Order: sequence, then C-alpha cells, then structure tokens
Amino acid sequence: MGKVVVVTSGKGGVGKTTSTAALGAAVARTGKKVALVDFDVGLRNLDLIMGAERRVVFDLVNVIQGTAKLSQALIRDKRVETLFLLPASQTRDKDALTEEGVGEVIEKLSSVFDYVFCDSPAGIERGAQLAMRFADEAVIVTNPEVSSVRDSDRIIGLLDARTVKAERGEQIAKHVLVTRYDAARAARGEMLSIDDVLEILSTPLLGIIPESQDVLKASNLGSPVTLSDPTNSAARAYIEAAKRLEGEELPVVVPFERKGFLDRLFGRRAA
Amino acid sequence: MNLLDLFKRRGSAPVARERLQVLLAYERRNRSQPDLVSVLREEIMAVIARHVQIDQDYLQVSMDRGETMSTLEIDIQIPNKSARPLAMSA
Repeated sequence: MGKVVVVTSGKGGVGKTTSTAALGAAVARTGKKVALVDFDVGLRNLDLIMGAERRVVFDLVNVIQGTAKLSQALIRDKRVETLFLLPASQTRDKDALTEEGVGEVIEKLSSVFDYVFCDSPAGIERGAQLAMRFADEAVIVTNPEVSSVRDSDRIIGLLDARTVKAERGEQIAKHVLVTRYDAARAARGEMLSIDDVLEILSTPLLGIIPESQDVLKASNLGSPVTLSDPTNSAARAYIEAAKRLEGEELPVVVPFERKGFLDRLFGRRAA
Repeated sequence: MNLLDLFKRRGSAPVARERLQVLLAYERRNRSQPDLVSVLREEIMAVIARHVQIDQDYLQVSMDRGETMSTLEIDIQIPNKSARPLAMSA
C-alpha cells in the first residue's frame, strides 16, 4: 500500500497547491509512482499549476458518483511518466464529496501508487476534513506569520482528532513545511524565525522554502518548480523536503541572511 | 539595514511570538470543549425566555480574555411591551 500524504494549512494562499505539485513531482522524478489529488472542489487549481488545465475531462466527483472510471479521470504528466493528477471538479459544489466515496478512491489509488498527495482546500470545513481523513502523513504548510501559524496549530489539532488513523488511536506523522521564508527579514527580527515556528507548533520540520521569484515563474509556466528549474533555491529546498518525506535523514539548513552593507562593514553576525 | 538597526536589533517578531504563545495556549485548552460563549448564550436565552419574551438579537454575550482573569459581559435588552403580559401571567 502506498503512503497517503495530505498537504494542508488551514489558511489559504500559503502554498498548499504549489507545494503539492513541487513535492509530488520531486518524488515522482525518482521513479516512484505518484498521484496528486485536488480536493478543492469548486476552486480547483492543481491542474493549472501542473500545466494540465486543458487536459481535464473527468474529475474526482465524476469518479465518486460513478460517471467515470478512476483510470479515465487520472491525467498522466507529460514530463514525468510516473506522475498523475486527479483533478477536482470546477462546477459541482463541495457537498458532492462523500466520505465513503473519497475513502474508496484513496484506497484504490494507494493500492496502485507509491504516494498519494491530497491537496487540501483552505479552511477547516468538510473539504479540508475529507482531504485529511484517510491520510497516513501530513505536510502542514506554514508561512512565518502569525495568522498562518495559528491556523496551522488548529489544523494540527484536527489531524490528531479527525483522521481515521487518529480515531484508531494511531499517530499521524506530521511535518511542518515553512514556505515563503525570507532569511534577511528573519535575521532582522521582522519575521518569525524557524525556531519560533517550530517551538510554537512543536512539530518536526520537513523543510524551509525560501521566498523566491522562481516559484511564481513556475506557476506561470504551469510546471512544478522542481521540474521547471531544479537548480534554483526553492526547487532544491523542495527536492530535499521530498527526500525527507521519503525517510532520508537530511539536516535542514536554515537559509542564511544576505548581508547588508553595514553588516559587511562591521562584520556583524546575524542576531 | 539602516543605522538605527545597529542600536535597536529587536524587530516585531518577538512580539508576534509572544502573542501567538499566549493565544495558542488558550485555544489548545479550549479545543475539546464547545464554544463556551455560545453555550452560555443559549442557556441564558432559555432561562430568560421562561419569563420574558425576547428576541435573540437583544441578548449579547461577550468574553474579554485577560491574562489572569476574563470578563463575561451579558447585555440583555427587554422591551417593555412584551415584558408586562408575560411577567403577570408567570
């Protein structure tokens, strides 16, 4: 059975979909079979980030309602042949998802794929709860900013209470992925530091994705950042995070501060 | 980086961190319980409705959380015309 990973955050706009695409593509690049499932019914975007928006015929709701087979709805990536996408429905309302239906789809997927990434919608409502319901592991995407950290804490509470694994008395493995991290601002004390975020959430760190133009550029091109240009800093951070997700022990290096003029002049160390 | 930063290294992040720690400590404690204010609101409403007919909108329950003590504020407006007949029959 493959591993089911939910990518979630509570807050919107922190980078769930971008991270789902980047992590999923990074894992698939190593030859693993990966399915990305968009749970944001009504507001799907994973298809767009993956550059597959013109290839969507059937979606998750069609599969659950039995109007399409799972194999018909899955879209194979054109760049990585072990990477597949199951898009969300754009037209139906979010009540179209049933717990039973989602459970069946996840079970089928995890019997075929090594990894199933569930891209959660924002919020803590039904859609978000269904996305995490059958997960073995969770990636909690967090920006170093107060409202995002608060919402992540809320989501962590839900992961420990409302997932099938938690209800069975098992622990769901949780990882924090800090995105849009600006090392210079953190060094100046203008942004919560990695230590602050980890201490507050008391959850292990999967990786730190630096704030980067390359992420926006990848979205514009419809390609996960780990495929479009695997050498830039954001892509490298995602590739390393993906390796940690697969169990590799890699130390996380906190992006260093770009030194300002005065720092260089006086040779000050970051506070 | 400007000259002032040389003397004043602390930014706003420590404040953010402290606010979050206080808030999340409270939210985690209350996570398993239903929302206290709405429970209180419903029960207070039920008690008053036994004696006086009032509209939901005339009952305001709010909680102001302090670090060591919280204040519960209950504001009930009872319109005079509906209060009289019911009060006499009760």
